[in-house]
Amino acid sequence: MKITGAEAIVKCLEEQGVEVIFGFPGGVIIDLFDELETSSITNVLVRHEQAAVHAADAYGRVKGEVGVALVTSGPGATNTVTGIASAYCDSIPMVVFTGQVPTGLIGNDAFQEVDIVGITRPCTKHNYLVKDINELMPTIREAFHVARTGRPGPVLIDLPKDVVIGKLNYTKPKPIKMQTYRPTYEPHPGQIAKACKAILKAKKPVIYAGGGVIASNSNKELTELAKKLNIPVTMTLMGLGGFPGTDKLSLGMLGMHGTYFANMAVSQCDLLIAVGSRFDDRVTGKIDDFAPYAKIIHIDIDPTSISKNVTVDIPIVADCKYALTAINRWFDVQDDFDKKEQKKKVAPWFKEINKWVKKHPLGYLEEGDIIKPQYVVQKLHELTKGDAIISTEVGQNQMWAAQFYHFNKPRHFLTSGGLGVMGYGFPAAIGAQMAAPKKTVIDVAGDGSIQMNIQELATARQYNCPVKIAILNNGYLGMVRQWQELFYDKRYAGTDLEVSPDFVKLAEAYGAVGLRATKTSEVVPVIKEALKTKNVVVMDFVIAREEGVYPMVPAGKATTEMLLV
Amino acid sequence: MKHTISVLLQNKPGVLSRVTGLFSGRGFNIESLSVAETLDSGVSCLTLVTRGDDAIVEQITKQLHKLIDVIKVVDISDSDYVEREMALIRVKAESNTRAEVLRIIDIFRGKVVDVSPKSYAVEITGPKSKIKAVIDILKPIGIQEIVRTGTIAMARAKKS
Ligand SMILES: Cc1ncc(C[n+]2csc(CCOP(=O)(O)OP(=O)(O)O)c2C)c(N)n1
Ligand SMILES: [Mg+2]
Repeated sequence: MKITGAEAIVKCLEEQGVEVIFGFPGGVIIDLFDELETSSITNVLVRHEQAAVHAADAYGRVKGEVGVALVTSGPGATNTVTGIASAYCDSIPMVVFTGQVPTGLIGNDAFQEVDIVGITRPCTKHNYLVKDINELMPTIREAFHVARTGRPGPVLIDLPKDVVIGKLNYTKPKPIKMQTYRPTYEPHPGQIAKACKAILKAKKPVIYAGGGVIASNSNKELTELAKKLNIPVTMTLMGLGGFPGTDKLSLGMLGMHGTYFANMAVSQCDLLIAVGSRFDDRVTGKIDDFAPYAKIIHIDIDPTSISKNVTVDIPIVADCKYALTAINRWFDVQDDFDKKEQKKKVAPWFKEINKWVKKHPLGYLEEGDIIKPQYVVQKLHELTKGDAIISTEVGQNQMWAAQFYHFNKPRHFLTSGGLGVMGYGFPAAIGAQMAAPKKTVIDVAGDGSIQMNIQELATARQYNCPVKIAILNNGYLGMVRQWQELFYDKRYAGTDLEVSPDFVKLAEAYGAVGLRATKTSEVVPVIKEALKTKNVVVMDFVIAREEGVYPMVPAGKATTEMLLV
Repeated sequence: MKHTISVLLQNKPGVLSRVTGLFSGRGFNIESLSVAETLDSGVSCLTLVTRGDDAIVEQITKQLHKLIDVIKVVDISDSDYVEREMALIRVKAESNTRAEVLRIIDIFRGKVVDVSPKSYAVEITGPKSKIKAVIDILKPIGIQEIVRTGTIAMARAKKS
């Protein structure tokens, strides 16, 4: 049966279970949009290609599937780069389709031609230029396979116009066997035994959980391990929700803006169990002083993550779910393992930790009428019963959301962790709302970041995504201002956002609802009103201008050298 | 430490740039690089020489392996191996030095591949040290042009 390239692409997407894609059209890709129009797939027409990619990223995160974005050649393609790079840093499964000039014109500097495969080579897990139409269907299937397996990541497929409009024979999907790509899922039993013995021996263990826990859906297995052995758990920004944030074993986030007690616990532990985390510099601070007394177990599906920044004692290359299950089973069949004994053994460790918790709990100073951003996030948590999906922009807003919305479930916190993209949060919220229409979705935003993709108000309205934006409006590029306050003698060079739009009126201009709170007492009513509203709502919280994020480990310092509230 | 790494990869457009991009992007160094098809025209063999401590070389091999188009990565300097380079050298050979040049080339088992009234082009094959020795000896006579390949290498078969 002969079909067109566009038909083949749509068939492949349907076969992969794709229901929603995020796209923006252009000359070379019209045929594919044309074909999508009559398919079962919804195209969400964004207002900027960067937003399409962030939305696809969040859609994939919330659903635990591969997000899909579709754009045209040239500028359409280059506009996706930031979103792709962000997804790459955060190991988010995604397939991005870009239009390309016809194969005959490639290399001729044709109109809207750009070597997007070359440009995105270092920020994709893999990418393809389909030059032979007969390779189209196998390539798309392989791309989805690569994106979702192993350490997930974005994959780009460049589609020359003649491939989209040409004809090919339909081929059935076959099980994918790649000679060169076979990620390791099963842990080595010898390494598991070594790890378990080290865990048994430890008197001061800490679990340090990262995004791998979320990606591998192993939050249950992680919780089982922590509870079985009574081990405190700290999470990275990407790991939040991988373990219940309100559980008494949770130490919250670690690292630059982590809790005092998480950083202290890591600095004093005798065993660090890293699960799907990658020893990022925002976590470790000065690397030589990171967990100096600890033996380190590191579970990761990506061998390159292991012993990259920190030398690991017991490496386990495996999917976190498989490895954690194996560890849990090891203890189940261990005759001499006694849960009560174990609890007794670590009791002094918890005493030590609780001293730190008491000494410097997570907190902030209240200032009467002046709205504190932490208070806003706390109230968002309370009024949504901790059940909302929270996306963030980047900066102080992101850290306050991470610190004060105690995530209990995975896939409820969406943030551009590795790349730190201002402008991520709002399109991500739209993607999340498309994935979970019944959920409350809130973008905790900064007044700077929100303006980087504010145009998506139109998209949110067009697709009836009633997302809520909570702008923590400090009139500054606050996080940079904080560094200037601390390390540049308060010289606020290039960080004072002297002019910003009236966000309430701006919301109204798009047919959304705008609300403003300028006093502490107005915060709760505004949130309540927003949560009641079925439309897109922009909440403008005018907050204490120079509020800082604390604790803070200055860049390059040891994580015990925290600046505190 | 010098390491010679042998990489089998799929013979597809852009593969080489994935490898070199990895090195430049992560700040690894490439001292030499040589690539050609294997018996299977779908597979290329790339030999690269790099320098770094154990941790860096471990990262290099792992990162290479992570590339989707890479089939196999072996640090052959871990074992016993043979390595070869080739150089084409055009050396000044006028009446007073022609005989001497020939004699030197002969000692190093080189070959003359091009002759002109005032020069010889010679081909030398061997490990890097030998190529260097030839160059050092010919330099005073007058090297006019030199073209060298990267290193290629192969692990020695087990003796038993
Ligand atoms: C695209 C992009 N440009 C620049 C930065 C650097 N940066 C990090 S945080 C920040 C300030 C963000 O300001 P705002 O959105 O108002 O958030 P606040 O810190 O005030 O909460 C900047 C400029 C970035 N992360 N992303
Ligand atoms: Mg701000």
